[in-house]
Amino acid sequence: MGSVGAKDVPVLLSPEGIRIDGRRVNELRPIKITAGALKHADGSAFVQWGLNKVMAAVYGPREVHPRHLQQNTKAVIQCKYNMAAFSVDERKRPGLDRRSQEISKVVAEAFESVVFAEEFPRTSIDVYIEVLQANAGTRCAGLVAASVALADAGIPMADLLPAVAVGKAGGAIIVDLNKEEDNFGEADLPMALVPQSGRLVLLQMEGHMTREELATALDLGVQGCRGIYEIMQQALRDRYSVAPVPEVTA
Amino acid sequence: MGGSHRTGPRRRGPRGSSPHPSGERVLVLPGEEIPSQGLKPGPGTYRVGGRVYASVLGLLSARPPFVQVIPLSGRYIPKPNDVVIGTVTDVQGTFWLLDIGAPRWAPLHMTGTPWKVDVGETEQYLRVGESVVVRVENLDPTGRIGVTMLGEGLGKLEGGSIVHVSPARVPRVVGRGGSMIQTITRQTGAQVAVGQNGRVWVNGDPEAIHRVREALRMISEDGQRSGLTERVESYLRSTASSDEAGEDHPPAGESAHRDAPEGSFASSPPPDDRDDSDEPRTDENN
Repeated sequence: MGSVGAKDVPVLLSPEGIRIDGRRVNELRPIKITAGALKHADGSAFVQWGLNKVMAAVYGPREVHPRHLQQNTKAVIQCKYNMAAFSVDERKRPGLDRRSQEISKVVAEAFESVVFAEEFPRTSIDVYIEVLQANAGTRCAGLVAASVALADAGIPMADLLPAVAVGKAGGAIIVDLNKEEDNFGEADLPMALVPQSGRLVLLQMEGHMTREELATALDLGVQGCRGIYEIMQQALRDRYSVAPVPEVTA
Repeated sequence: MGGSHRTGPRRRGPRGSSPHPSGERVLVLPGEEIPSQGLKPGPGTYRVGGRVYASVLGLLSARPPFVQVIPLSGRYIPKPNDVVIGTVTDVQGTFWLLDIGAPRWAPLHMTGTPWKVDVGETEQYLRVGESVVVRVENLDPTGRIGVTMLGEGLGKLEGGSIVHVSPARVPRVVGRGGSMIQTITRQTGAQVAVGQNGRVWVNGDPEAIHRVREALRMISEDGQRSGLTERVESYLRSTASSDEAGEDHPPAGESAHRDAPEGSFASSPPPDDRDDSDEPRTDENN
């Protein structure tokens, strides 16, 4: 047999509504977050999210390098998203590329809208996101990791920032796309939510959706973010509930 | 999780009390709503509409008329009169820049030292990498941190090494009335100076330094409410070498350098926002 092209596209959604990896349309991949994974960073987190593995480290507030980026009224938030050469099937050429610059920028901007940067003028809060293994949704996984790392670093902010991608694959609106759904699906819509206010601070889109589908997707995404928010909170509680309690009785 | 309840009487410490009826210390996370009970939003919180939320990860604390969150992590946030240990990161013509673990480097001006330094001669007194005990003198709204080396117990640290602990753990390193730090110096014979910024200077023979390091690690990782001093003491006893086993160390006396003399940090007034800790101190003679 051989209708070229068609044979390469996997079936993304079964007639029963089951996705290629067995999930339902509104189901997230398994997520595991470890807060405080690194010793030398001011704050850190390791996120395993489906087949993604992402490490985030936060340094600061600290002196700004390079100096000319310093701002007199608030801290600058500098973010560096990077994918390891071994993070994907084909070796990824190391270093900056347009994609990683874009992600660094949108992630930094998402944090700018929640971090209380005015408390630390003339300083820098440096966020490093290293993708060790990638399987779609790494900007969201990176953002989640960085957000937990920022909390672990004691940085004041309005809220944690859960993030997830929603999209369309096999004709259905689905949450938390995996690699196949991302590659062969019809649309991808990563988003980050401030649970406290209900605002979205990151929203990008690739592909096509109708207006109605977009509305459904946003609802699904907000739901997904709320689920992720709980996992993020639990990760921080796990790290700090046993830890530092100032001694009151001698 | 078994709730650990306080055993002794609550001290009406400056940290205030937990607003939780059980007296349990409540961990809050950024974005979490706080029951404000009519209190105003204090440090570590923010208000939107009529509701108060935490802005940092920490322990909830009521300190009327404010409700606040005491951070459990993060960099050292300087407060006036804190005695801290800094490491020189840059030398300029009239001042040195010190890394005190704060968001910014702290300039130590040559007029803030006991030395008669000529302009341009700063490097003859302090070089990059050397450490000093200084006091936070003034803070301005832009985050500049002024420090001075003029005052009892302040000065350059000769020899020894510096161990970092979280600034949030300094009260436990010092212990009630200095009990923890006294235990450590007595059991190891090392000289120890604790800065409010979580930098701990340790001097003595390598074995002693190692044991102090381990003790500090125990304190950093300990999550329990009480008995820490006893546990540290029994650890230090168990690691004492045979010729000194079971015996308290003699004062580290005359061989000790005198740049950070006994009771050095005790001159600083009690910091107003610390738990039950005493001000940092060196304890050479227990």
